[in-house]
Amino acid sequence: MASYRDQGIVLRTYKLAETDRIVHLLSPSRGKIRAVAKGVRRPGSRFGGRLEAYSHVDLQLYEGRNLDMITQVELVASHAAVREDYARSAAASVMVETVDAVAQEGERDNALFLLLRAGLQTLAAGPEEPAVFVDAFLLRLASIVGFHAFTDACAVCRRSGPHAFLSVKAGGTLCGDCAPPGTRAVDPRVIEVVATLAAGGEWAVLPSLARESPDAHRTAASYTRAFVEHHLDRRLRSYDAVPRP
Amino acid sequence: MYEGAVQDLIDELGRLPGVGPKSAQRIAFHLLQTENTDAQRLADAITTVKATIRFCTRCWNIAEAEECRICRDTRRDGSVLCVVEEPRDVVAIERTREFQGRYHVLGGAISPIDGIGPDDLHLKELVARLDAEPVDELILAMNPNVEGEATASYLSRLLAPLGVRVTRLASGLPVGGDLDYADEVTLGRAFSGRRDIP
Ligand SMILES: [Zn+2]
Ligand SMILES: [Zn+2]
Repeated sequence: MASYRDQGIVLRTYKLAETDRIVHLLSPSRGKIRAVAKGVRRPGSRFGGRLEAYSHVDLQLYEGRNLDMITQVELVASHAAVREDYARSAAASVMVETVDAVAQEGERDNALFLLLRAGLQTLAAGPEEPAVFVDAFLLRLASIVGFHAFTDACAVCRRSGPHAFLSVKAGGTLCGDCAPPGTRAVDPRVIEVVATLAAGGEWAVLPSLARESPDAHRTAASYTRAFVEHHLDRRLRSYDAVPRP
Repeated sequence: MYEGAVQDLIDELGRLPGVGPKSAQRIAFHLLQTENTDAQRLADAITTVKATIRFCTRCWNIAEAEECRICRDTRRDGSVLCVVEEPRDVVAIERTREFQGRYHVLGGAISPIDGIGPDDLHLKELVARLDAEPVDELILAMNPNVEGEATASYLSRLLAPLGVRVTRLASGLPVGGDLDYADEVTLGRAFSGRRDIP
């Protein structure tokens, strides 16, 4: 059977038998890879420490009938600082949980890989309040898989905005004609925050956004969660673990 | 699929950790072929352990009485608590004969992705013990993996305001191994946890 080389970010691992692990990785060229790593739970294992969740690695694999087998691992970036802090680790959990849910085996998705790498690099830099990066990550991931939140046009009739109504199901802002009767208008700051979170710009500007308008950010964050859970059709298990001010 | 009782046994065995359907089948047929007395001893051991073993009301280690052997032992140092994930970690540390204090067993580790949060562990009980017992130092002995590190970080934040000394088990090079064989994460941790030679 064939051997191949690839790189990937470790999403999560499952214990297998006495000392092995099943490892889920996201590769830029192959999508999700599920592989077995033998003996990595034994202390002193040659590459066990490199296969912890959130690590970016270079791998040698052996194709198997069901799961591939990892035979060599080199570290590209360990992102150790993410694992050492509870808040950052919880934030990274939400990132890998959603990627693990949307990534498909054998489906190339470089944009998803770059987003995850940027998200983890940002967390590894040691932000004080990582929650805002989770919000941005979720909206950007939704956008990559086809659910971009509308913020400058009406999600139903596409008339250009800004509009005052916000809908989870419709996928963004709504104009006065399309909003169902009785819908309450939201603070325009909330829509600005959602737009910035979803836009895909610099991660570095996000903490000040959250600091300057905490109320708008709180509303935008709960909108984000509802939006992503609705459109990805799944509950985000790790979301509540992320500390929020 | 097999006849009722055999299939029931295979199903039950298959629910054990680390036992897949193939192994469950192999164990079931092994049991069918062994002497009645051997099989009975296994059944009795399972029944007895479930009937007599419980969790220590103080430290959540496994116990045969209200409190475990270690909590009842008056020679143990009550000022140092070693916090571990599972009862089997207590056994591993006891084997070293290095530690004279007592334990607190959390009953797992925080794992957001599996939906396991702080409330699922014996953390409130730990905080209560710090109030009730003369503890000066807590040694965090979590597994050196994602869940263990998240748990240790959460604990040190939780305990910081309580004014107790919190230390973490050093992680580093395996004894008997070669330095150049270690991965850089382990070697890096060994560096940051270095100490003066006495
Ligand atoms: Zn409209
Ligand atoms: Zn006890």
